[in-house]
Amino acid sequence: MFGTALIVFREVLEAALIIGIVAAATRDVPGRSRYIWAGLGFGILGSIIVALMAEGISAMAQGMGQEIFNATVLGLAVVMLAWHNIWMSAHGRELAANAKAMGGAVRSGAKAMSALAIVIALAVLREGAETVLFLSGIALSGESSPAKMAIGGIAGLAGGAAIGFLLFAGLLRIPLKWFFSATSALVLLLAAGMASQAARFLIQADVLPSLASPLWDMSSIVANESAIGTLLKGLVGYDAAPAGMQVAFFVAVLVAILVGMTWVRRGEKAA
Amino acid sequence: MKRIVMAALVAVSMVALADGEPEFRLVIENHKFSPERVEVPAGKKVKLVIENRDSTPEEFESKQLNREKVIPGRSTGIVFVGPLKPGEYKFVGEFNEKTAKGVIVAK
Repeated sequence: MFGTALIVFREVLEAALIIGIVAAATRDVPGRSRYIWAGLGFGILGSIIVALMAEGISAMAQGMGQEIFNATVLGLAVVMLAWHNIWMSAHGRELAANAKAMGGAVRSGAKAMSALAIVIALAVLREGAETVLFLSGIALSGESSPAKMAIGGIAGLAGGAAIGFLLFAGLLRIPLKWFFSATSALVLLLAAGMASQAARFLIQADVLPSLASPLWDMSSIVANESAIGTLLKGLVGYDAAPAGMQVAFFVAVLVAILVGMTWVRRGEKAA
Repeated sequence: MKRIVMAALVAVSMVALADGEPEFRLVIENHKFSPERVEVPAGKKVKLVIENRDSTPEEFESKQLNREKVIPGRSTGIVFVGPLKPGEYKFVGEFNEKTAKGVIVAK
């Protein structure tokens, strides 16, 4: 039971952190909760479908289907986060300043929200599919009673959700003056971290070379398996001993989004 | 022209084969790895071929190596790791962490 709770907690944590950031970053977008729930719902539905198709996915691409699938899901999320951040750097401030008076922003806010709903759905789908596989494995082996499994699963889910909520609540306490910068920095790092994780999957599948491996090793300072390491992995794709290719992906996405944000903001001022 | 391209492709794939990374086999049975200790050369990319003989899925996971891969029941999965620095790297079967444990030793 405790084992079940722990595994479900670990799988839920990453998705919960992402939802916490998205929920905070969009607090002034009208009607955002509808989108968050929709993302969550589609993500859960998707994870059941992916779990059912797990064997098929694994067998694709000469046995590397899972890695390609994960990298694609992460890549899509990166694009959505990038688009959101660039859009917010043009409209976010007005939105925060005067949420209700802007009819037009509500409509474009909906567009930005659908991108983030997709991010949530993708995060839930990726982590959820593994949870479904794990739980169905225990259920099939008959080693644990359904009741014990359910209690463990719910406890793990609640624990992960609680941490996501703490992050959300903590972010809301940031004064309005810095709030926008803080959340867009988090979204930026989240996107770059996802890109580096996508690279890691492609290296694991031998689709990409690792370049230098490892580029550095910080295991003695913050190990991957430590609590801080786990948290940082969810937030910024932390890896104590990353391959050069992971770092290259991280930096490339970071720079690309920053350039996009600056460019859009400049266009705004000129107009 | 076609022939040249073909010849080039064959040459490239032969180089790739000759340059093949060392391969290590792991078997999962009754939620246990065998062998539980795998020695691999340091400083080289290696290929782990993991056969899951159980009927339930298992997730090969090593936090230290930052690797994770679900291996469905009765199937085989491949995971590339490294090049590694000399040292010991633990791995587990995440779905049966109590019994499925092992260590990769890079020398």
